[in-house]
Order: sequence, then structure tokens, then C-alpha cells
Amino acid sequence: MTQGPGSAVPRLGTAALCGILSLVLVLLMLGSLTIGYVHIPLPRLVEAAFGLADPASGIIVQELRMPRMLLAVLLGASLGGAGAVLQGLLHNPLAEPTTLGISGAASLGAVIAIYFGLAGIVPLWLPACAMIGAGLATVILLYVAKDSGSTLTLILVGSGISGISIALTSLAMNLSTNPWAVSEIAMWLLGSVKDRTFAEVRLAAPFILIGLVILLAAAPSLDLLALGEDAARSLGLNTPRLRAMAITGTSLAAGAGVAVTGSVGFVGLMMPHLIRPLVGQVPSRIVLPSIIGGGALVLAADIVVRLIAVGPELQLGVLTSLLGTPFFLYLVLHLRRQLA
Amino acid sequence: MTRLSIDHLSVPIGRRPVLRDIGFTADGGTLLGLVGPNGAGKSTLGRAIAGLLPPSAGIVAVDGVPLSAMARRDAARLIAYLPQGDAVHWPLAARATVALGRGPYLGRFGTLSPADEAAIERALARADLTSMADRDVQSLSGGERARVLLARALAVEAPILIADEPVGALDPRHALRIMGLLREEAERGALVIAVLHDLALASRFCDRLIMLHEGRLVADGPPHDVLSPPGLARHYRVSGHHGAHESERFVIPWQALRDYASHPSHKGETA
Repeated sequence: MTQGPGSAVPRLGTAALCGILSLVLVLLMLGSLTIGYVHIPLPRLVEAAFGLADPASGIIVQELRMPRMLLAVLLGASLGGAGAVLQGLLHNPLAEPTTLGISGAASLGAVIAIYFGLAGIVPLWLPACAMIGAGLATVILLYVAKDSGSTLTLILVGSGISGISIALTSLAMNLSTNPWAVSEIAMWLLGSVKDRTFAEVRLAAPFILIGLVILLAAAPSLDLLALGEDAARSLGLNTPRLRAMAITGTSLAAGAGVAVTGSVGFVGLMMPHLIRPLVGQVPSRIVLPSIIGGGALVLAADIVVRLIAVGPELQLGVLTSLLGTPFFLYLVLHLRRQLA
Repeated sequence: MTRLSIDHLSVPIGRRPVLRDIGFTADGGTLLGLVGPNGAGKSTLGRAIAGLLPPSAGIVAVDGVPLSAMARRDAARLIAYLPQGDAVHWPLAARATVALGRGPYLGRFGTLSPADEAAIERALARADLTSMADRDVQSLSGGERARVLLARALAVEAPILIADEPVGALDPRHALRIMGLLREEAERGALVIAVLHDLALASRFCDRLIMLHEGRLVADGPPHDVLSPPGLARHYRVSGHHGAHESERFVIPWQALRDYASHPSHKGETA
């Protein structure tokens, strides 16, 4: 088929792209396990991952490198998948989990756990509180979606939740009398997968995986929304159910992701836009590649963070924001040209 | 043949009653025009028939089965709906856009069956879009995009098609082509209900017109009876030019009437 101007035929099948991205992801996962202070050759690495190597290598790989690698992949997958579904649902190319305030509410929950010292007593209180924050935001969003349901209302309520979360986070930092708590909050907000344990993986992974399944289940219905809500409903789409699925899936996946890693920005925004030129604009086809690609992107960013040897280690969220902001500006300018 | 029956239908938007006590029946093979001045409730009636607005009273039924008693997908296979405007939110290919019309037939994973593919090709061919099937809809002209969206509605292959202002923003050539396609769909046995503002097109192409005014059905019959000089004066507050060309009759709105004394909302305005 020809690729003339205005042609909207994709260059690559979704299955082919998912295959390529999966391969990249697996290579990055292996690469991520090899990086560290101790050099462990690849064969011993694989053995260590399955607990078949010497105890020292086993501990390094299983308790230090694996949780970090798994969390980076899970976080990226959840952000990419949620971004792809939300952009389709809200037919807004700038939508991502922060648009609905879910990331903000999760961050606030974590900050509260640090502020009141809960995180110091039992470390898992931090992600647990963050998930409670995301859950509360979800309840508000679901209530609004059921009641009025317009796309604009959802975005506005999401901005509201984001705004109040940022305000309360600032308040906590402002009122804190303990400089260590302030610095801990600030560092946590920057987002990282450093020094995470399997306990955190075990806590977040079920939520993230269930969330991803819900997001994938919602994907086929997104296409009809390209025609607007009335036409979509006339074609049999249950819009309240789709909205509820998108919100719940995003909360479970991105909420749990942010809960264990802090806020890692722009991945949810960028990933769908990187995928679209490759598989075409059909919203449902973007979701799975965005999940796999999101995992690969965050893991790659985490590898870069570890390889750059400048003073204190760069936080993951700082790097994604540094890369994401120019992309965001490019996108805004590009979309403006398209609309002009 | 499909029969749509509407009985004592009242529809509010929010708390405001927009349609009051509408009743009529219509059969397949008809191109039925919904006419009436702005704010008469034409689009609301179209949306209510498509099941997009819940009525406060009354029934919309297809072949005796109330819409409210049908599963969402069953209703979607019976009634295709083409909304106003030509927004497509993503730069989809024309074929992918038309394919969305098969929504009510798709399985869980959204894969198209050979029957779906055939229906998509038929709809593309009927709307004369085969040559631009791979083009991005957002890059098409307004007239071409309107044809893609109509083809999307035709791809449902439903016995009832409701089109809300399908020629609202089109140049004469594209408007005539769209009206021709709607006419053809009716001749194939479908009941086509179109909300129309262009009375010249409505009078020429439709078999029957229903005039709404302030939420009530005020006239129902052949175009020339509904758009008779008293009807035009009373409800549209215009005079018309009634004529015939090549044995087809037409009505052209001619002049706005400034003072129509008997119109209830304009009493006392007469100089």
C-alpha cells in the first residue's frame, strides 16, 4: 500500500511492534541485572535469578537488582497503559494519570505517611497510604463519572484533585519541624526505584497487574469514542462502564506504581505518542504496545540513571521529566500546527 | 418491514421539558424529514428515538418492542445514528472510521469478521469512497468527511437510520450527494429519519415531513402539505416560493415575515 500524503495506514502491525518491544524489554531486563558495583557474568546472573548460584550473587541479584528492575518495568507499564487508555477515553492527546489527579493523590498519601512518621515505623505504610490516597481519588472520580459523565468534568475534577494534593503536600512540608522529614518527602517526590525490596514488589504488583488487565479489557471499546459520545452510545457502547473501567484500571495500575516509586512524570504522556506513528491512530491498538514500551522506557531510564556517574545518583523521575518536558512542548507545538 | 412507533413521547433535557406528547408511526422504505424552526426539538427527537435520551413519558418501539426493553447492542443493530457535526477525534483512516459502524457486531476483542469486512466495503462503495479509503479523515474536505461519517452509519446496516442535520454545513454538490444516499437507503427498505433545515432539499427528497414547533408535533404529511404557505407562515414565520422543476415539486423559503399577529409569542408586536 502506498504511503501518500494524508495516508493513515499504519507502517507496522500491532503484533509485530509488540514483538519487537518485548524483545527490547527482555534485553533491557537482562542489562539492568548486570549493572552494579559487583560484576556478575550473564550465565551466573541467570542462575542467581533462579537461586542456583553462590549465596553472594544470589543476594545481590535477587534482593537488590531484581526488585529494582521489576518495579521499573511495572511502573513503566502502568504509566504507559494508563496514558494510552486515558488519551482515548478523554480524546485528549495530553491526558495521563496525573490528569485525573490519581498520581497526585497517591503522592499525598505517601507524604502523609512520611510526615506522621508511619513510614519510619513500618516501611510498607508508605506505599499503603499512597494506595489509600489513590483509592480516595478514584472514589471521587467514579462518583463524578457516574453522575455527570462529561469528559470535561472528569478533567476538571482531576485537576482539582491534583491541585488539592499538591497544596496539602506543600502544607506538610511547610509545617514539618523535622528537616529530615522534609528532605525525605522531597526525595520521595522526585521518584525512584532505588533500594526497593521484594516486599514492595509483592505489595504493588498484584494491583498493577489487575489494573493492566482492566486497562487492556477497556481498550477495544475506546475506538468508538473517536466518533464522539452520542455516536459511540448509538453503536452499543456502555460509556459509564467504560469510564469506570478506565478510572479503576488507572488507579490500580498507576496508583500502585506511584505508591512504591514516587512520581515519575511524562511516561504516560509520551509513550502513546511514540507508539501512534508506528501502528496508526486507532486508540485500542496503542494500549498493549504502550504497556510494553512504557516498561522498556522506564527501565532504560533507570539504567541511564545508574550509568551516569555524577555525584549523588540522579533520581529516575528527574531524568524522565528532563526528557519529557521538551517532548511535551514539541507535542503542544505540533498539535497546534495540526489544528491551525 | 420495520415499523417505528412513537407513542405519547415526552422528553426533558435536565429539568426542562423539550418534547411533549409526540406520537407517530413510520415504516421502512420511507425518507422522513424532521423540520421546524431552531429550538423546536428536532435533534432531541432524533436522539430520543436513537435511545440516547431517556423519555419522561411515552414509548419508542420498533416492531412493537419498546426500546427500553432491548439490550443495548440489539437496539444498536436496529437503529443507526449519525450525529450532528463531523468531528472524528483521532486521525483515523476513512476505512477504519467506517469500520466503527460494525461496533454492535464485534466480539470481545474487537476483531472484524468477513461479514463485517464485506459490510464495510459495501458502505465505502455506496458512498463512493473506495479510492480514498486509506486517507486520514482529518485531512479530507468537509464534504468528503461527511460522506465518510454517513458511510460509517450505513455500515451498521440497520433497518432504521437517524441522521441529525446531515447536510448542515455542506456545499450544494455535497448536500445533494448526501441526500441522494439517504434517498437510496430508504429505497432499499430502510426507514431514514433526517433532521433538515434546508426546506428545498426536504421538500424534494423526503416522502414525508414531520414539523415540530416548541416541542410539539404540529404537522405530519407529504412535504407540500406540511410546507404549505399557512404552515410556513405559522411555524417558520416565512413566506415560501412553491414551484416544480422536471416534474419534482420544491419549496424555497422566500421572505421572513416581520409581524405575524396570530403567533402567540408575538402578540402586540404588530405596528
